[in-house]
Amino acid sequence: MSNSETVTADDPGVLERRREDLNRVVYRFKQNPMSILGLCIIFGFVFIAIFAPYIAPYPNDAGYQNQPAVHFDQKFESPSAEHLFGTDQAGRDIFSRVLFGTRLSLRIGVVVLAAAVSIGVPVGLVAGYLGGGVGMALMRITDVFLSVPPLVLALAVSVALEPNLTNVMLAIAAVWWPWYARLTYGEVLSVKEETYVEASRGIGATSTRTIFREILPNVLAPITVKMSLDMGYAILVAASLGFLGLGAQPPTPEWGTMVSQGRDYMPAQWWYSTFPGLAIFLIVLGFNFLGDGLRDMFDVEVQ
Amino acid sequence: MSGDPLVSVRNLEKYYPVDTGLFSRTESYVKAVDGVSFDIMPGETFAVVGESGCGKTTLGKTVARLYEATGGTIAFEGQDITDLDGKALRQLRRDIQVVYQDPSSSLNPRRRIGAIVKEPLAVHDVGTKAERDERVAELLRRVDLPVEFRHRYPNALSGGQKQRVAIARALAVEPKFVVLDEPTSALDVSVQAKVISLLDDLQDELDLTYLLISHDLSLVKNVADRIGVMYLGNLMEVTDSRTLFENPVNPYTEQLLSAIPVVESGEQSLKPPSVEVRGETPDPKDPPSGCPFHPRCHRAFDACDAVDPELVEVEDGHQTRCLHDPGPKAEAVAEHRSDDVTQEGVTED
Repeated sequence: MSNSETVTADDPGVLERRREDLNRVVYRFKQNPMSILGLCIIFGFVFIAIFAPYIAPYPNDAGYQNQPAVHFDQKFESPSAEHLFGTDQAGRDIFSRVLFGTRLSLRIGVVVLAAAVSIGVPVGLVAGYLGGGVGMALMRITDVFLSVPPLVLALAVSVALEPNLTNVMLAIAAVWWPWYARLTYGEVLSVKEETYVEASRGIGATSTRTIFREILPNVLAPITVKMSLDMGYAILVAASLGFLGLGAQPPTPEWGTMVSQGRDYMPAQWWYSTFPGLAIFLIVLGFNFLGDGLRDMFDVEVQ
Repeated sequence: MSGDPLVSVRNLEKYYPVDTGLFSRTESYVKAVDGVSFDIMPGETFAVVGESGCGKTTLGKTVARLYEATGGTIAFEGQDITDLDGKALRQLRRDIQVVYQDPSSSLNPRRRIGAIVKEPLAVHDVGTKAERDERVAELLRRVDLPVEFRHRYPNALSGGQKQRVAIARALAVEPKFVVLDEPTSALDVSVQAKVISLLDDLQDELDLTYLLISHDLSLVKNVADRIGVMYLGNLMEVTDSRTLFENPVNPYTEQLLSAIPVVESGEQSLKPPSVEVRGETPDPKDPPSGCPFHPRCHRAFDACDAVDPELVEVEDGHQTRCLHDPGPKAEAVAEHRSDDVTQEGVTED
């Protein structure tokens, strides 16, 4: 190489390079102990969700394998070694039910966000990239959704459909996607002014290719951060709907529904509402810590 | 000059609407490119020079069909490409490529160098996967970068290296015509010369035709075959590069040449008698009447603020846009002179 500007190649190979990239990410993530804590909490819940049938002492109390069990002779037992979180009005083990509730909550979070992202992000991408009349129309529709308080809209959708777990997820996704459309739209507006977007057009790429190859990778970071922050909120909203009787219906071991049912027996049977409530608290906290950590790591602004 | 031009631009206009107020019905425009005509012959380097804001980048990008022309025509290999769109336009992109000013923003930070250089091949579906990889390696070698760079991200490269990547990308689909939009202005001086000499070598090797956009006269002098001097959206003088530096006829060119900083006193002899560069570029939203340059011109006379000159040929291949060489506007100039006989015209040289 005749060129002094050309640095000597020290190519460590693709794999090693990828590992370096990963190490850097891990290092930055580690800088924030709260995000590690958040990650641990989330991993804990995921572990519980996967292995609930093996951890839970009385899986049938949570309706496992469609064999719901009731033990009216054991109702309202306070927490003990046998029933860690006590039992409810039907003598079911609350500990087992909370463990199984993890499956529901995580599923709600994942499904809701997947749906919200798969509607909102394309809307934002198209509106931002095309701009003009199409972009304006799409964003005005988005604004209409944003103008209604999310919980109220979710309530309405859930009532209109018939309250059950599937419809709850549908209802929450319906109020959630506009936030992703907004966020994506704003990011696209700034990214599309970059020369590499013009260059992509100059190469002869189609709009679709430009959007997915050049723009999308550059707007993913804030979307990812928002997703991890929102996961907790989505679970919280689902629990709120359950609490209001518009979400999962008893005897589904959904946390919000359980808190709501336990409310009738407060304060004497305090454990009924408290432990599902604590689970909600913990999982929301975990996702928030994780999201904050990711935000610092990617160094992005998310409202 | 003989043969057919590769690129032929006629009366090209690119206007940008200006917001004139909430209820204003009359639209006003910035005329970034205001009726520009030129030909570029196959294999030559045609440079467009001018101060910042004169519309030279807009001109380059409009010719490359990145911007839509407001008026006029662009012909490539004799075919009118002004209104091509959709698939035909994308096909045209194979022949016309652009190297942008700032390589830091023209390369996607989230894609590896290999993917960036391969992109045009993927877009135009050239070759198999293995052939594309081979071609990427070949291109990187050709622009003097280690092939291993394909695994890196742009932010791991220096400015000069990034610009080499941008050049490799532009050449991937073997274009015939490359628009170089200030290819070195974002680079360190020490790197500029190397990038330029690379571009020069590539031109000889691959039979490329360049439209070089630059504000740097000393750079242009060494690489351009012909030069167009641009001012406020208009070409003021077009000629071969030797003539431009030795025998400029347009007052604006004279001022530009005298503004080149001189380090060695020996270089002074290359330049025309020093003329002062006067004033600031006018607001393009509100261009002067008559000749756009007359408020700053050291040779302006009474007709200049009334009559807009045309680009006329003063000798073979040498065009200027000045009322001292009025061409078809001679009558109008004479009229203005007789209007006011008491005022002596500026002595012509």
